[in-house]
Amino acid sequence: MDALKQELKSKIIEVLNLEDVAVEDINDNDALFGDGLGLDSIDALELIVLLDKEYGIKLTDPKEGKTIFQSIETMAAYITANRTK
Amino acid sequence: MKNCYINGMGCVSAQKTFESGFLEEIHLNETENVLFAQQPSYKEIIPPAAIRRMAKGVKMGIYASTQALKEANLEQPGAIITGTGMGCTEDSEKFLKAILDNKEEFLTPTSFIQSTHNTVGAQIALGLQCKNYNFTYVNGAVSLESALIDATMQIGNAEIDSALVGGIDETAAHTIEMFQLNNSIKKEEDKPYRVIGSHSKGVVFSEGAVFFALENRQTETSYAQIRDVFTQNILNPNQAQAFITDFLTQNDTTIDQVDAVVLGYNGDAGFDHFYDAAGSVFEGIPQLYYKHLSGEYNTASAFGLWMASHIMKNQEIPAVVSINDCRKEHYDTILLYNQYQGKDHSLILLTKC
Repeated sequence: MDALKQELKSKIIEVLNLEDVAVEDINDNDALFGDGLGLDSIDALELIVLLDKEYGIKLTDPKEGKTIFQSIETMAAYITANRTK
Repeated sequence: MKNCYINGMGCVSAQKTFESGFLEEIHLNETENVLFAQQPSYKEIIPPAAIRRMAKGVKMGIYASTQALKEANLEQPGAIITGTGMGCTEDSEKFLKAILDNKEEFLTPTSFIQSTHNTVGAQIALGLQCKNYNFTYVNGAVSLESALIDATMQIGNAEIDSALVGGIDETAAHTIEMFQLNNSIKKEEDKPYRVIGSHSKGVVFSEGAVFFALENRQTETSYAQIRDVFTQNILNPNQAQAFITDFLTQNDTTIDQVDAVVLGYNGDAGFDHFYDAAGSVFEGIPQLYYKHLSGEYNTASAFGLWMASHIMKNQEIPAVVSINDCRKEHYDTILLYNQYQGKDHSLILLTKC
């Protein structure tokens, strides 16, 4: 799980082009949207594609996203439970 | 008709034009067939959340437009009008490559959103919260001139008091490869890459963003008045002289009244004879060039206009841009002529304020 969290942080920084943000700067329970990392709705779309491409998870219900993308912790837990690759 | 004045300018180019004075720090290139723009620090003017999604062209455009507005002390332009020949090629390439690499799956939105030609104009408007007229011209090498025609007509007809006009083009890896394959870019064996007296085909390719804050009133920061802009897509070489003299006649200007002519020589031996023909009209008159400094791209003529405006304000021609040794006491009227690959001919007539 820890390795997955590190991998997720690294991929999010790369995909979202988060300049000036390092893996160490993101805590597992930091909010990804709003006050935390400050991501927005376009980033949410990028994260949905990331889940599909890297872990074979298709999010069909947009409402799910709010819970899944709360933090690295929640994302990693969801990926571990639902990944197909 | 109201007059149209250039009251502010901003320039990001292959030279360090974004920070130093007018051509104070120059790098003369004869060895690189692609010249990349010198990049300023964007962090001071673009929020981090926005900058991470922006490709080079968008950042250059925002920087140059901010400088132009600041110099003119203009907060909300009556119109934002941009010209670009190739648009946001970096994001277009990224998006198209993702389609191919991922077999048309997993397409992400960011590069697609930012890949449209009007991205620069839109991002400037978003930054300024400016809901006024916003238009982007994609007309090859007369894209900037088309934007200028639109702005000068609207200002002339008193529809608006001011306009922010700019030309932006960025390089991108695959586009450069394509231009090398079709010989639009000079080859290694063509070195040294000289613009005047070149015997090889192709150009030194480049990129840049130049913005002009235009207003219907003369101010302390005014550089020049744009008297007229004219474009013509196709022209035979033997028509080049008449193209210029007819334009001057329409503007009640004689050849003798032109104090300097700025020619868009780019070192492409296949098409520079247009400039030779144009230059022969202006014997004994200072003839200038600039693409040895800016490189060639669809909106490189914006660099020429930036240079001519500085010359008009300073009343002095830097030796580095002179083709001949002619000098005049005053530079009250400057004509600019540009074309690319024998097409997209344009003329801009500037007069002193």
